[in-house]
Amino acid sequence: MASNGQEHSLEVVGLSKVYPGRHGSTEAIARLDFIIDDQEFVSVVGPSGCGKTTLLKCISGLMRSSSGKVVVAGHEITEPPPELAIVFQDYSRSLFPWMTVGKNVFLPLRRSKDKSGSKDAVAHAIESVGLAGFEDHYPWQLSGGMQQRVAIARALAYRPRVLLLDEPFASVDAQTRADLEDLVLKLQAELGMTILLVTHDIDEAVYMSDRIVVLSPRPSSVVEVLDVNLPSPRDQIETKQLSEFGRLRAEVYRAIKGEPGAAAQGSRGSAQTEGLQSQV
Amino acid sequence: MNSETPILHRALAIGVTTAIVGLLWLYTSQSSSYLVVDMGEMLTRFREIWFFERFTSDFVPSIERLAMGYALAVVFGVAFGLGLGMLPAFRALLMPLVSFLRAIPPVAMLPPAIIILGIGNTMRVFIIAFICVWPIVLNTADGVAELDRTMLSTARAYGLSRWERLRLIVLPATMPRIFAGMRTSLTFALLLMIISELVAGTSGIGAFLISAQQRFQIPDMWAAIILLGLLGIVLNYLFTLMERRVIHWHIRSGGK
Repeated sequence: MASNGQEHSLEVVGLSKVYPGRHGSTEAIARLDFIIDDQEFVSVVGPSGCGKTTLLKCISGLMRSSSGKVVVAGHEITEPPPELAIVFQDYSRSLFPWMTVGKNVFLPLRRSKDKSGSKDAVAHAIESVGLAGFEDHYPWQLSGGMQQRVAIARALAYRPRVLLLDEPFASVDAQTRADLEDLVLKLQAELGMTILLVTHDIDEAVYMSDRIVVLSPRPSSVVEVLDVNLPSPRDQIETKQLSEFGRLRAEVYRAIKGEPGAAAQGSRGSAQTEGLQSQV
Repeated sequence: MNSETPILHRALAIGVTTAIVGLLWLYTSQSSSYLVVDMGEMLTRFREIWFFERFTSDFVPSIERLAMGYALAVVFGVAFGLGLGMLPAFRALLMPLVSFLRAIPPVAMLPPAIIILGIGNTMRVFIIAFICVWPIVLNTADGVAELDRTMLSTARAYGLSRWERLRLIVLPATMPRIFAGMRTSLTFALLLMIISELVAGTSGIGAFLISAQQRFQIPDMWAAIILLGLLGIVLNYLFTLMERRVIHWHIRSGGK
């Protein structure tokens, strides 16, 4: 439990990461502090090469930070914590091609004593991503979008308190991407997970999140934290037509570019939004 | 393109083979030289020798040596290869020695092996294993080194222990490379089985072959050659069968 008596799902406290190298060290993360509450959906965005991947590796326990700490569900982590599951961008390399869909999803549960409970969890996870009936297929027999659904099912079967998503929709086509975004939002509402999404897509961050953490270029620190007050449930067409959606994506874009945000908003209109990705 | 092409090819292949064998048969039955053996006589000897005059005395010992040497090479090769691949420091230390040992022409190891181990079965099994181990070691080590980082990260993130990662992730992921090494080694195994029996052999197909030659039993000599050719085909077939079973996912997914 945290000192104030309230337990957060994820706390990043004074985190920094320096990679030692032969020609001097590289500072990837200068200092990061943020807290994610239970069942919150937070996105981390930033310019490319800003240390998002490093941050994710530190949070997931795959890499030691140079200083600071990561606290998951009240415990400071030193190795991959059991409360946390992860979905990588590259599904073709995070699913194991020698295992069927069912076995891939079962893998994280193989230590569990409750065999029948694990079986049910696997079946339920596969069904909840819409892949019932594909248990005995191999990943390479499925489309990219379906493979990423398998990766999501595997994360769900683990019943994580915190789900980390590492640019999970960057390798699929636009339509599949929208479907997967909505699937994740639906699953979060049903299962009540805390989700941290790392993405380079501003529209995606605004569309999915409750809050957005904007990082500076390397060595990264938090530039700005934006609350997203869009109505739920989100809708691919209606949500993206709201003027608030446009305002938020402009604000995130400015924050990434390192320009002053809300204050200058009125006077700089179209010129600043020109470079935005428009996906709607 | 044309669905009839493979059938046509197959018919042609059978036709050409039959024609060549037929011509040989005709030639050998007409020849008066004592060095040219009538093919019918040779095939009769083939049947008599291998079913079953020499089956237990020569065929079985050869297969036993081959199987033992090859099995030892696979077990040690995979274990050593995994070690080299997973521990970069180990690899850096031992790679010069490994490169040297594998560069030795296989047959050259026979004289020292005979001096050290004598001319018994131990020497033959050892020489087969010693030659077969290197392609498996190097392929396994390369396979492990090329292993995808995302796969390992995924396994670690989901709490798999070191031993589980080795058994459930590293080993299966490396299996296609292990099989590539094993295929190379199989050819070596057959080669060294025969050579080790030709040199100071008392039993085995190779020993039978050389003694037939020395006693001018030309039909028997050819009967041994025919057996070796067939043995090569059968071993290759069995290997492919096993490969298709174990790494079917690799073959069917197009080697991704």
